[in-house]
Amino acid sequence: MSILIDASTKVICQGITGSAGKFHTLGCRDYGTQLVGGVTPGKGGQDVEGIPVFDTVEEAVAETGADATMIFVPPPFTADAILEALDAGIKVIAAITEGVPVIDMVRVYEKVRASDAVLIGPNCPGLITPGQCKIGIMPGYIHNPGKVGVMSRSGTLTYEAVWQTSALGLGQSTCVGLGGDPIVGTSFIDLLKRYQADDQTEAILMIGEIGGSAEEEAAAFVKEHVTKPVAAFIAGRTAPPGKRMGHAGAIISGGKGTATEKVAALEAAGITVAPTPADMGQAVVDAMKG
Amino acid sequence: MKIHEYQGKELFRQAGVPVLDGIVATTPDEAAAAYEKLGGKIAVVKSQIHAGGRGKGTIIDNPKQHGVVLTKSADEARAAAEGLLGKKLVTIQTGPAGQTVNKVFVEAGCDIARELYLGIVLDRAVAKPVLMVSTEGGMEIETVAEKTPELIHKEHFDPAVGLEAYQVRKLCKKLGISGAAAKAAAKFMPAMCRFYVDYDCELAEVNPLVITGDNQMIALDAKITFDNNALFRHPDYTDLRDLAEEEESELRAGNAGLSYVKLEGNIGCLVNGAGLAMSTMDIIKYHGGQPANFLDVGGSANTEQVTEAFRILLSDPNVKGVLVNIFGGIARCTTIAGALIEASKTVGFDVPLVVRLEGTEVEEGRKMLAESDVDVINATDITDAAKKIVAATGV
Repeated sequence: MSILIDASTKVICQGITGSAGKFHTLGCRDYGTQLVGGVTPGKGGQDVEGIPVFDTVEEAVAETGADATMIFVPPPFTADAILEALDAGIKVIAAITEGVPVIDMVRVYEKVRASDAVLIGPNCPGLITPGQCKIGIMPGYIHNPGKVGVMSRSGTLTYEAVWQTSALGLGQSTCVGLGGDPIVGTSFIDLLKRYQADDQTEAILMIGEIGGSAEEEAAAFVKEHVTKPVAAFIAGRTAPPGKRMGHAGAIISGGKGTATEKVAALEAAGITVAPTPADMGQAVVDAMKG
Repeated sequence: MKIHEYQGKELFRQAGVPVLDGIVATTPDEAAAAYEKLGGKIAVVKSQIHAGGRGKGTIIDNPKQHGVVLTKSADEARAAAEGLLGKKLVTIQTGPAGQTVNKVFVEAGCDIARELYLGIVLDRAVAKPVLMVSTEGGMEIETVAEKTPELIHKEHFDPAVGLEAYQVRKLCKKLGISGAAAKAAAKFMPAMCRFYVDYDCELAEVNPLVITGDNQMIALDAKITFDNNALFRHPDYTDLRDLAEEEESELRAGNAGLSYVKLEGNIGCLVNGAGLAMSTMDIIKYHGGQPANFLDVGGSANTEQVTEAFRILLSDPNVKGVLVNIFGGIARCTTIAGALIEASKTVGFDVPLVVRLEGTEVEEGRKMLAESDVDVINATDITDAAKKIVAATGV
């Protein structure tokens, strides 16, 4: 098993005819993902290297039976693209686009949460179940099928973690990049529930960063509801307050959201926290030893 | 993106949020003329910088000169402007170097009966904007939140609908506002919430919000930060941007599509991805060094961007060494290596350079570097990289 996506997942790409959309659509197909179609309004009837393009998501779903989408449309149109996917009955929506206005996400978030669909992102690398299905921009070859559920607010730092767990022979069940924005569709807690229920996942690695309180909330949840070993890393111990560290969501404001507070909350919940980014894989090993 | 108080108040005026009359001045004579034009018995001369705490802040080398001055004549307004313009104002938010005051805002006075606080931000935990009010006007709201959180009252609102009337009544009750002042609040609070949404704010803060002797509600301050992601919806904001308020190297980086934050240390960092960039800073510190910056070249960095990134890093006189940490995912190691070699030719390195490459096309990338004449200290992983740069910079 795995969470959210597997070999049977049928994926479309919204924004398939743009340069990034096309590049990563083909990358996902090369990885072995069932990439069944794409959507670009006004370009229905064309194809991208044999992948059919549709005008609307509704049409794409009717024709291909797609149940997942990855979104590469530009920021002004991203919220609309997510709502269109939701309306068409897509169950897993990965919004890769960076730079979506936060007020747009307030509107989208409420609608997504009221549905049974899952939104990953925006401003994220996507998600992958190694050897089965890759939806997003991560380099597929660093992943190995295995036992660690990896979830993260950062892209390249996730690759680093995946690299380390692969090198240690642990492999990954499903890796999810939650996204670096202040409002993202899926939280650590949402995924903790899924990893806890998933047979393949034997341990969980959570990669957080400064800003907000998602890590503290996850720590409280782990303490109460998660029996599997959990390891974590928090980026931004040296980040100065009030400065945005690349991600729109990575900011310490009003003295809140510091790495120190987060690490303390995680450790208090019995989570093994890696002292440096080089120790993420080892922290999982340590957590599994108990 | 931040704007000045006087700009925020102009936008408030357009949006129907009550403010006092005021005139911006860049010379002492203009400030005196502004005082005359306002025609009142008092006027307040306020430094315009992108930082809070101006009233308590003082001018460097002149601790008696505060950033906000109450004046009672045109001459006093002139003198106040003279004491502020062109000088560096230090507040709790500026850091010890202070920020130069290039403009003052001369604002009419008013009869203040009560000072309140009002702020709107995004509450990430519930993914909705939240209106916060407090009786503790004029105070640092962070201090209030820490010491007396029960004095801050909150109402979340739906951006499409705005603040409901009952929510205003709840807040008025908690603030002890009734009668004519509550009627003023019934207009002021929803207008601020609409402003927050319509203008795509990240933060909209009025501290103090005052109730006057005749029960008017007036925004005596305006601290506005816009959501950078929404700037495409507001092309007019370009005119509101004050480049003099921004760190020069951060501005340059922004123009090149790089995400850069200047810090105080001496080890320059060039990394792809925000999370990895942050943790690279962390691991440098962990091994005893001090990062000079946060720099994310992004997932699809090209030669020009990497070259510009090196220029920015090396233009910081504190930088005694550079650590390049790349995990090639979409960005290929060969692209980065090529850009590095190109940058060394055009920019020239005279400080130690530690490079850690991993990921897509790593072997080819390492080979390119080895065969070039760039003087590189190779690192095998992040820990190795951090130790080597700390050693090389001799900390």
